[in-house]
Amino acid sequence: MGAAADQLSRVFSALADPTRRDMVARLTLADATVNELAEPYDVSLQAVSKHLRVLEDAGLVSRRRDAQRRPVHLEAEVFDLMTKWIERYRRQAEERYRRLDDLLRTLSDDIEPMPPGQPPPPKGAPS
Amino acid sequence: MTMTTAHETEVTADPNVPLIRIVREFDAPVAKLYRAHTDPELLVQWQGPRSIQTRVERWDCRTGGSWRYVATQGDEEYGFYGSFHEVRPGEQIVQTFTFEGVPDGVALEKLAFEDLGGGRTRLVATSLCDSFEGRDAFLASGMEAGVNEGYSKLDELLSRI
Repeated sequence: MGAAADQLSRVFSALADPTRRDMVARLTLADATVNELAEPYDVSLQAVSKHLRVLEDAGLVSRRRDAQRRPVHLEAEVFDLMTKWIERYRRQAEERYRRLDDLLRTLSDDIEPMPPGQPPPPKGAPS
Repeated sequence: MTMTTAHETEVTADPNVPLIRIVREFDAPVAKLYRAHTDPELLVQWQGPRSIQTRVERWDCRTGGSWRYVATQGDEEYGFYGSFHEVRPGEQIVQTFTFEGVPDGVALEKLAFEDLGGGRTRLVATSLCDSFEGRDAFLASGMEAGVNEGYSKLDELLSRI
């Protein structure tokens, strides 16, 4: 679980930056070189390279070492992994709330109105 | 079991702040849903996965109150505690959440109960963690418990065939 959380953390913090999110969004359309990626931003090429390194460390993008242009490629499966983590969490919450659905159906409708600012009447100490 | 009343849970992990948002609708009026969150006897019936027993040691659900419960899975015990920061019956519960295994970590949880009319309620639960690492450990722990739950279902299935 530690390694999973670490990777998830890197992905999320890499995506916490709006410029990096924008770069990722553009890479979903097609691979691009560093120069192409840098074009729309009013920042240095070095700054763009730094953003790319963060994305690379998170496993979100890769660059082919052999090719002359070294185009940046989006690693879509990392997104799948992230989606899978959230989906598992979601499914767990859904199971919890289905238990709550069942419980709510068994509760009677006539609940004494609660006076504002007061806790509900005590039901006896929990065992 | 009919699917007509199923309202699938929505989960969002915010990319800008370490926050998890859960949205779910219920076919129950606000007062009932609220009671299922504030009455510890009811709470233990739905909160943890089936493989985990929850023992509520303190559940003083009012502004300035506090809570603690212990989750037991086999021989292992995990304690959780926090304070109720702002409790407005039928409206919202704001509380802190700490896992005793990580005593320096704290999440701020907010439960908002929205009356949809016609005896239906929308619950919006947000957990604001104090770091992205903490938030992501939350998400990853969901994964682990989900796997355990899967095994317990498999056990059940195996015992029947």
